[in-house]
Amino acid sequence: MPSARRAEPRKGRSLMSFEATLSAFAAALVDPAAPAPGGDARRFAVYRNNVAAGLIGALEARFPVTRRLVGDGFFRGLAGAFVAAHKPQSAVLIHYGADFPAFVRKFPPARDLPYLPDVAALESAWVDAYHSAEAEVAPLAALAAVAPERLEDLRFAFHPATRLLRFAQPAASLWAAHQGTDEPEPPEVWAPEDALITRPQAEVVVRVLPSGGHALFSALRDGATLGEAAAPMLSRGEDPGAHLVGLLSAGAVRALV
Amino acid sequence: MLNPLRVAALLPPRVGVGFKPEHFETILAERPDVGFFEIHAENYMGDGGPPHRRLEALRALYPLSLHGVGLSLGGPRALDRAHLARLAALRQRYEPGLFSEHLAWSSHDVGFLDDLLPLPYTPETLRVVCEHIDETQSVVGRMLLENPSTYVRFADSEIPEAEFLAEIVRRTDCGLLLDVNNIEVQAGNHGVDPLAWLDAFPLQAVEEIHLAGYAEAQGDGGVAFRIDAHDSPVRPNVWALYRLVVSRIGLKPTLIEWDNDVPEWPILHAEAHRAECEARRATQGALAHVV
Repeated sequence: MPSARRAEPRKGRSLMSFEATLSAFAAALVDPAAPAPGGDARRFAVYRNNVAAGLIGALEARFPVTRRLVGDGFFRGLAGAFVAAHKPQSAVLIHYGADFPAFVRKFPPARDLPYLPDVAALESAWVDAYHSAEAEVAPLAALAAVAPERLEDLRFAFHPATRLLRFAQPAASLWAAHQGTDEPEPPEVWAPEDALITRPQAEVVVRVLPSGGHALFSALRDGATLGEAAAPMLSRGEDPGAHLVGLLSAGAVRALV
Repeated sequence: MLNPLRVAALLPPRVGVGFKPEHFETILAERPDVGFFEIHAENYMGDGGPPHRRLEALRALYPLSLHGVGLSLGGPRALDRAHLARLAALRQRYEPGLFSEHLAWSSHDVGFLDDLLPLPYTPETLRVVCEHIDETQSVVGRMLLENPSTYVRFADSEIPEAEFLAEIVRRTDCGLLLDVNNIEVQAGNHGVDPLAWLDAFPLQAVEEIHLAGYAEAQGDGGVAFRIDAHDSPVRPNVWALYRLVVSRIGLKPTLIEWDNDVPEWPILHAEAHRAECEARRATQGALAHVV
């Protein structure tokens, strides 16, 4: 047969054939119902399995507490459904799964687990903070050194690892309870939580924010001056001082400008 | 751009191992006698954080080999320029002694498929792969190309694998990474004769060698085949083929790849030591033969 094929004019046709061959191969990889190219289904299954196991494994690595909350079997079904609908768009798998929490929120079998997408969002932000760029960290003393008349116009440059999260569920407490290998205790108070995630040095820091902190920090992160950001809090007669000490001592700020 | 805090970049003609973060503390504390460490480039494509902190510390003590697993050189789609730029940045930052990628594809219209997938060997695929290697070498610098292990073959594949690789070297002047385990996988899966494969392969272009363990499985009709599993010790037939290669070209930087079911450090280190012993046997045997 090869001699007969070589006799044909190859140029355009063969390039089409390369294109068509690999397109068919790729389509069969991601469709378990498609027939195996090449005939030997068990051999082709190695490729199918590598693709699914690799991508599901990337999600298992990124969302260990989410997985623990629902068990291995449920998580495999959830992750498999995500993988089927969302292939990575780059070879850098450390960024894969950023849209997994949103998928979990809409996954019908997880409808009765409203905390699950919140925990997944925390874990996703944790990995983002883990891989964020290195940067200077403004020490708490930097805030104390600011002259009082300058506080009003002060702006906060956040560390690139810093993330602010709002949860309708006590996701940070749930996540923290699942960090050890012990049987986790349920949160003492089942209430919404806000969290700050950052990484001033090698370790990722997760802090639950006191009430009002999220709004204050979000305004600062988005470029407001301290005067602008703290105005709602001051009008309620609340003191932003303790919040700012918490923000700086967590290592969430790169510089005061 | 020499960093005085680092050992030299050049990989010695010795045995190295794939770097696993779980071994980091042991490596730092014990400074084991290992020729070099190899990393998968894609694991270090974040902006910062612990992976880069570990790699800086490792690179200060050992030469490094940069091994890409996601460039998709063997597919019909254009290379991802952002990915090439990331590879170039890693190469500049860590000064690896060698950079290698695979004769395989992993990305297509559907996205990144996270596996090293096979391609037919034809004049057209040869041209596409060579264009991709030219582009890679112009952005990232000189590269080594690794021979694959595959489970299926394409009906329209018309060029034998070793000849396909030889022609790539001739056209692109890239070097080769010879995965000895992959030859044995091809032998088990496609009836390739390892010695004939080696005879058609341009051994003079080999600058690095990979060794690993393969697994065995049952295909359709109960016919056994081999899976490039990287989850176990190197097999006797692979050691034998390795000795043959070393007797022909001398000891090249050789990597023990153990990426799944990763063992404790002493077991991995012992496997690297075994490889150095096998290589010594082979070179002494070759010398005795010459004398």
